[in-house]
Amino acid sequence: MGKVKIYLGASSPAKTSEMKTGDWGTEWAKVDEDKCIACGRCITFCPEPCIEYVEKNDKKVARVDTDYCKGCWICFTVCPVDAIKMETKEIYKLEVC
Amino acid sequence: MNDIRSYFGPGHGACPGCGFPIAVKITLETLEGKAFVVNSTGCLEIVSSMYGRNVWAVPYIHSLFENAGAVAGGIDAALKALGRKNEGHVVVFAGDGATADIGIGTLSGMFDRNHDVLYICYDNEAYQNTGNQQSGLTPPGASTTTTPVGDLLPGKMGRKKDMIGIAVAHGIPYVASASIAFPNDLRRKVKRAIEFEGAKYLHVHAPCVTGWGIDGKLTVEVARLAVETGLYPLVEYENGRLVRVMKLKKRKPVEEYLKIQRRFRHLFKHPLGEKIIKELQQIADENVKRYGLEDEG
Amino acid sequence: MRKVVRGFYAIAYAVKLSKPNVICAYPITPQTEIVENLAEMYANGELENCEYITAESEFGAASVVLGASATGARTFTATSSQGLLLMTEVLYNAAGMRLPIVLAIANRAVSAPLSIWNDHQDSISVRDAGIIQIYVENNQEAHDMIPFAFKVAENKNVLLPFMVCVDGFKLTHAYEAVDLLNQEDVDNFLPPYNPVVSLRIDKPVAMGCYAPPPTYMEFRVALEYAMERAKKVIEDESKEWYEITGRDWGAHIKAEYCEDAEVAVIAMGSIVGMIRDVVEEMRKEGMKVGLLKIRTYRPFPAEEIRKALTNVNKVIVIERSLSIGSEPPVTLDVKSALFGHSSQEIHSVVLGLGGRDVPRTQIIKIIKEVYEGKVKPGKRYEGLKEFEEVIP
Repeated sequence: MGKVKIYLGASSPAKTSEMKTGDWGTEWAKVDEDKCIACGRCITFCPEPCIEYVEKNDKKVARVDTDYCKGCWICFTVCPVDAIKMETKEIYKLEVC
Repeated sequence: MNDIRSYFGPGHGACPGCGFPIAVKITLETLEGKAFVVNSTGCLEIVSSMYGRNVWAVPYIHSLFENAGAVAGGIDAALKALGRKNEGHVVVFAGDGATADIGIGTLSGMFDRNHDVLYICYDNEAYQNTGNQQSGLTPPGASTTTTPVGDLLPGKMGRKKDMIGIAVAHGIPYVASASIAFPNDLRRKVKRAIEFEGAKYLHVHAPCVTGWGIDGKLTVEVARLAVETGLYPLVEYENGRLVRVMKLKKRKPVEEYLKIQRRFRHLFKHPLGEKIIKELQQIADENVKRYGLEDEG
Repeated sequence: MRKVVRGFYAIAYAVKLSKPNVICAYPITPQTEIVENLAEMYANGELENCEYITAESEFGAASVVLGASATGARTFTATSSQGLLLMTEVLYNAAGMRLPIVLAIANRAVSAPLSIWNDHQDSISVRDAGIIQIYVENNQEAHDMIPFAFKVAENKNVLLPFMVCVDGFKLTHAYEAVDLLNQEDVDNFLPPYNPVVSLRIDKPVAMGCYAPPPTYMEFRVALEYAMERAKKVIEDESKEWYEITGRDWGAHIKAEYCEDAEVAVIAMGSIVGMIRDVVEEMRKEGMKVGLLKIRTYRPFPAEEIRKALTNVNKVIVIERSLSIGSEPPVTLDVKSALFGHSSQEIHSVVLGLGGRDVPRTQIIKIIKEVYEGKVKPGKRYEGLKEFEEVIP
């Protein structure tokens, strides 16, 4: 095993986003791209931040990066046109018998 | 995730629905990343600066719990002495405990010397990093682990420290309060603040989902209600004069704000609850009068 | 330029010659005059590219220089006693962040009871912080050690805070003929500070991260290694200092007359001068006594002390502080240095706490008693009155 590298004085070099927080919650936000009016409210309020604009069929829409979405529902509550749905992740879809 | 232009995150460890990342992100965006960030020990520091997991794309320093004001002053002095003032703004992010309690000495010193620093207190109204112990900015009636509800006591007794008043009394050029529920207002205040040379104080209300006992989805709603009830007035002082306030069109009773938070739930059944609710309503009424929050038009 | 000056001026003037960028302090007796002199130089425009700040407390002052140092500035602060204790949390932090802050400590007793007079309890109390500590015996040495401190602290193999410990009043306020350095010599010795890691917009780093259990220990041990590397750097720089100024202070210790000594006295600070005088007089009388002056208390020069005491049978450690509940601090370190290597008699003599006068006759008595075998080894107090505690 090689030597562990430690940065002088417990400093950390450039920013990293290596901690993928997308697996924290039981739900993910998903944007209904037809309804999205690209107002940017979800992008402004997302605390991670993990929502960005993308071009979809010549239309600008918001898209959630599920690598980081913790499923907090903030975007859901601030969306003025109900374009965001909270989707339960597959592994949490349990059948109760 | 490089395509999202962010100077803070993603990949930080704040709880889902946490309020302060919204303020941090908006501030750094507004400053276009030209910021030397000083962070006191607390939630924000813990979730963002673990060794090897730094989520800051700006120069960042964390020293201690109670010295962010002085460290920021030192950075300001160094930038001046080294002729590097044009590189960026010195910005502090500190919690309410670090600001109003343990660090108020170094904050006062920084104000007094009028260092060219924008000090932002993110106020989640208790020591939330360590699990919700009361601070000087915990409002009356709030249940915390050090002001628990009991047969005798209905949560915190006493008032919330008036940090805006304390900042204004130092005679610094710019003092304002903001809320994560009003991002455009926050953005404008950050922009306005940096137009002033000298010490600037911005107090930002930022709900804590675990400490306040709210669902993450209510973060923005709760923060908005704090403003709309008059409990958390959005005000702005320039050179000691109150220049702008956010007017309240139709003020809501404080109960609306209290009833959706676990930390206040007991007020609706505790023998002293009614008295505390009255007291909180009185604080909101005083705020309205003091700052002229009622929209007469 | 040889001039009769007071200690605080000798220190302040050396700070000026070292071209600091940020000076921040809070007044406390007997340090105050150091920063008063710097404030005067600042007011007269004699400090170029420098900000002088009076903080709201020593805690604030240490924090200001921490922030400034992290930004890449050369920084200086000074304090004493309670002020140093108030700074302590910041100083541990600064050492861990590897910031080469230089401090002048005007050594003073700590409260309670309150005392403004000299002993070493204040700086000794922060010995474990990761700060280099040097104790000087006169104002020339205090003057010289300021640029020296910057040079060693800023060395890329070291990067630790550096504390120049100067006995309060006894040195700081004493008049002494001092060969004041000139700017050219200092500039040749001390290049501008070029930080390895600092806060910059164009190359952002996060300083002062928190470390979880898988990394914390390495950082703390790295601090220890840096302190060990400082030993060699101090030796090299001491040689260079001698070449430039012709003044040979030694590096970690200065051993005199120890080669054939029966009894050697170990001491730090201004008391060394008087002990040397006594030792030289006793030598003239044919007594085989020696003197071992410890300069660097941290890093502690265990090996050097061991070597210097090879032929010595009895050792007297003069203590100016206590470690309540254990043996006095310097004694502990000396014993640990000698343990397993030799078996000298160790006499630990605590004296002069809180500025209590140490007359020359007391030093003579201490040495003679040990020399003539009249006292058993161990800890004792000199100049202590018999007392009993009563309830008011």
